[in-house]
Amino acid sequence: MPTLDSRIPPGPLAEKWTKRKNDMKLVNPANKRKYTIIVVGTGLAGASAASSFGELGYNVKNFCFQDTPRRAHSIAAQGGINAAKSYQNDGDSVWRLFYDTIKGGDFRAREANVYRLAEVSNNIIDQATAQGVPFAREYGGTLANRSFGGALVSRTFYARGQTGQQLLIGAYQSLMRQVELGKVTMFPRTEMLDLVVIDGRARGIVTRNLVTGKIESHLGDAVVLATGGYGNLYYLSTNAKGSNVTAAWRAHRKGAFFANPSYTQIHPTCIPRAGEYQSKLTLMSESLRNDGRIWVPKKPGDKRSPDQIPEAERDYYLERKYPTYGNLAPRDISSRAAKQVCDAGMGVGPGGLGVYLDFSDSINRLGKNAIAERYGNLFEMYNRITGEDPFTVPMRIYPAVHYTMGGLWVDYDLQSNVPGLFVLGEANFSDHGANRLGASALMQGLADGYFVIPYTIGDYLARGGIAKVGTDHAEFKTAEKGVEDREKKFLSIGGKHSADWFHKKLGEIMWENVGMARTKESLEKALKEIPVLREQFWRDLKVPGSSADFNQELEKAGRVADFLELGELLSWDALQRNESCGGHFRSEYQTDEGEAMRNDAEYAYAAAWEWTGENKPWTLNKEPLVFENIHLQTRSYK
Amino acid sequence: MRLTLEIWRQKDAQDAGRFARYDLPEVSEHMSFLEMLDVLNQELIGKGEEPVAFDSDCREGICGMCGFVVNGYPHGPQPLTTVCQLHMRHFHDGETLRLEPFRAKAFPVIKDLAIDRSALDRIVMAGGYVSINAGGPRDANSILVGKKESDLSMDAASCIGCGACVAACPNASASLFTGGKISHLGLLPQGEPERKTRALNMVTRHSDEGFGGCTVIGACAEACPKGLKLDFIARMNKDYLAGTVTFREEAAGGGG
Repeated sequence: MPTLDSRIPPGPLAEKWTKRKNDMKLVNPANKRKYTIIVVGTGLAGASAASSFGELGYNVKNFCFQDTPRRAHSIAAQGGINAAKSYQNDGDSVWRLFYDTIKGGDFRAREANVYRLAEVSNNIIDQATAQGVPFAREYGGTLANRSFGGALVSRTFYARGQTGQQLLIGAYQSLMRQVELGKVTMFPRTEMLDLVVIDGRARGIVTRNLVTGKIESHLGDAVVLATGGYGNLYYLSTNAKGSNVTAAWRAHRKGAFFANPSYTQIHPTCIPRAGEYQSKLTLMSESLRNDGRIWVPKKPGDKRSPDQIPEAERDYYLERKYPTYGNLAPRDISSRAAKQVCDAGMGVGPGGLGVYLDFSDSINRLGKNAIAERYGNLFEMYNRITGEDPFTVPMRIYPAVHYTMGGLWVDYDLQSNVPGLFVLGEANFSDHGANRLGASALMQGLADGYFVIPYTIGDYLARGGIAKVGTDHAEFKTAEKGVEDREKKFLSIGGKHSADWFHKKLGEIMWENVGMARTKESLEKALKEIPVLREQFWRDLKVPGSSADFNQELEKAGRVADFLELGELLSWDALQRNESCGGHFRSEYQTDEGEAMRNDAEYAYAAAWEWTGENKPWTLNKEPLVFENIHLQTRSYK
Repeated sequence: MRLTLEIWRQKDAQDAGRFARYDLPEVSEHMSFLEMLDVLNQELIGKGEEPVAFDSDCREGICGMCGFVVNGYPHGPQPLTTVCQLHMRHFHDGETLRLEPFRAKAFPVIKDLAIDRSALDRIVMAGGYVSINAGGPRDANSILVGKKESDLSMDAASCIGCGACVAACPNASASLFTGGKISHLGLLPQGEPERKTRALNMVTRHSDEGFGGCTVIGACAEACPKGLKLDFIARMNKDYLAGTVTFREEAAGGGG
């Protein structure tokens, strides 16, 4: 079995990134304009990378499937962004942020990457503030902080409950400045449908103009994917409706390894599902757990309204099980705890699939105004969706798929195993191990885009060897034809069921068998059912309209087709990982107290899967995780 | 409940377009408005008809991608609510709802309820940013910002760029959008050096894109799902005026 080289620089942990930067080759400023970089995606990672490349002088082509780059799903992040500023004088440091992140990831991330993330975290806050991101402030004019899950310090910066929006708008504005200056060309409503590899290097992409249906080739000296995660594999998730795996999956089929797909994050605080027609699930920020207390009735099947249940008959199960972290236990642990109490019959609301998140103690202690100031917009959102007022009735919440830690494998330079293909943000696998801590996704997206890729891509370009080719090259033509044939196929099946129908079926298989708790039996069941559904999809799909048109059903068909392949790989990855870690919980591997039981001797590696062809088994490549600076231990939040 | 929908159907930008009627006998009050359209679309696909094209992405009221007019109201009649967050409990049995795209010269229809709002991007391109590059350490706390100014800036920055303000305005003006951006940045010390040129350039671009001028009717602020206030237009006009005085030779275009 081949092992992968992560190209981690030698030397002490705290000096690795500096050393790497010092060793890099540089591109002469006058030569930068001779290079074209393709960036797919305009979320925090994509927009920050594209604008930074433009500022450096490169030519950039930037793509997104939405109508404008400002819609990317980073915009929906609510709670905040971590940084090791230690403005609160509470003992925070780069080391502590590094340690919390790697422990939060259940010791399944690469030390060197996580340390670099913590190291550049402070620059992000400086950069965003300088751009005019209106972070929350104290009366004295300094930046405010709040606490988040998995940490005992207050290091999260925020802009009300709209931190992702404000950071994205900051990056978007920088991007628009580069578009005005002519350094970045934007391609909105354009979807990447294939990667083009020439002489072993990523050299371009094939796209579909979603308005006209036109298939086009784009040539570049490097391709950067910042296309987000694959949580929508489960159909119901907190992701935006359009979020999909297609760009990453097409790259995977062209040779890029897909790492740790089974590391999926189920977020503990989402609004429970209301009916069959449900199109997505809505997150309630983890920051609510600062002031909200989570509980269920002690008695199974207790149908009394929450205000009729006396204190002594309530189980504040997180505070009981994890007295040190209490309601701020990490996401994977909180989600599983919710599932356990609901499985035991204590759940509340329709179907018993919910737990209370109760603010009455905080409202009594701090007053309604203080709570409204902190969470007003979240309370309003909850009220709009459920018709209930959290100031008077406890929220009902339930876990939902939220984030995917797995993704395309990258080395320390964020380069995939395909030279010239770089992967940033949620689309890569590198920084969060088996579980991501709250307020770390925004940090990673911007770290990758503003402070890592501008350096590492220069090194790749400066080393040369990139041949001069055009979009008339046979690889582009083959890729274009592949895309066109696939569209024709979708439109010609003429079956009975829509893409959504298949997507929902796939989501049910995944949630039932590969959700919060997985077993050998459930995974084998998924591995039987997914290929059957996939076969039916290609025989019984119905896509109305034509390909030369704005055709949203055709867009969905392509995305669902790719999810139908990813679902199988994810289940397969989960089946071979005979341990529990972070978001991957195998019921067979747990402690007597129901906590995840890792197997470091056999599974301290990243599983990077190699595509070998249609309906063929994937090949496993391993990257051993070497921990030189921290001691592996059982994660405890008690 | 039973609802009748009259939906604008338009094949593409060239098509003249028309309303089509659809009967929905079983709408759950817990559905969101877009989930109701999802259900309708699944039925249409089943019958071999083309589904209704409409934009949406996050469905949490923050990305700004959704938006159309319901019975004359952009995003529907519920205040401070995008159409993706609008739930059917606010409607009653037997009602007829008329759905049409946001209409403005600067927002061409792509298909049915989906429109092209790229003109808003081009307004931002004209100056809706602080002209700094990434890199160069400067501690975030080295410039203090008063909480009041910061909070007001955040109010202005809450804009989601959906275009409801334009649809609501009889002049099809995007002044609330433009004023929001100008205020967000102009209220912060980081945005101060370019405050006047920003207003000048953005307002000029706003006119060039075919949006109308502001006559302070206030329909935009009523329709805004994020509650942006008319004051931001006043700030825009103040900064624009300052810009035309300071940089007279560069001034062009009409007022906001």
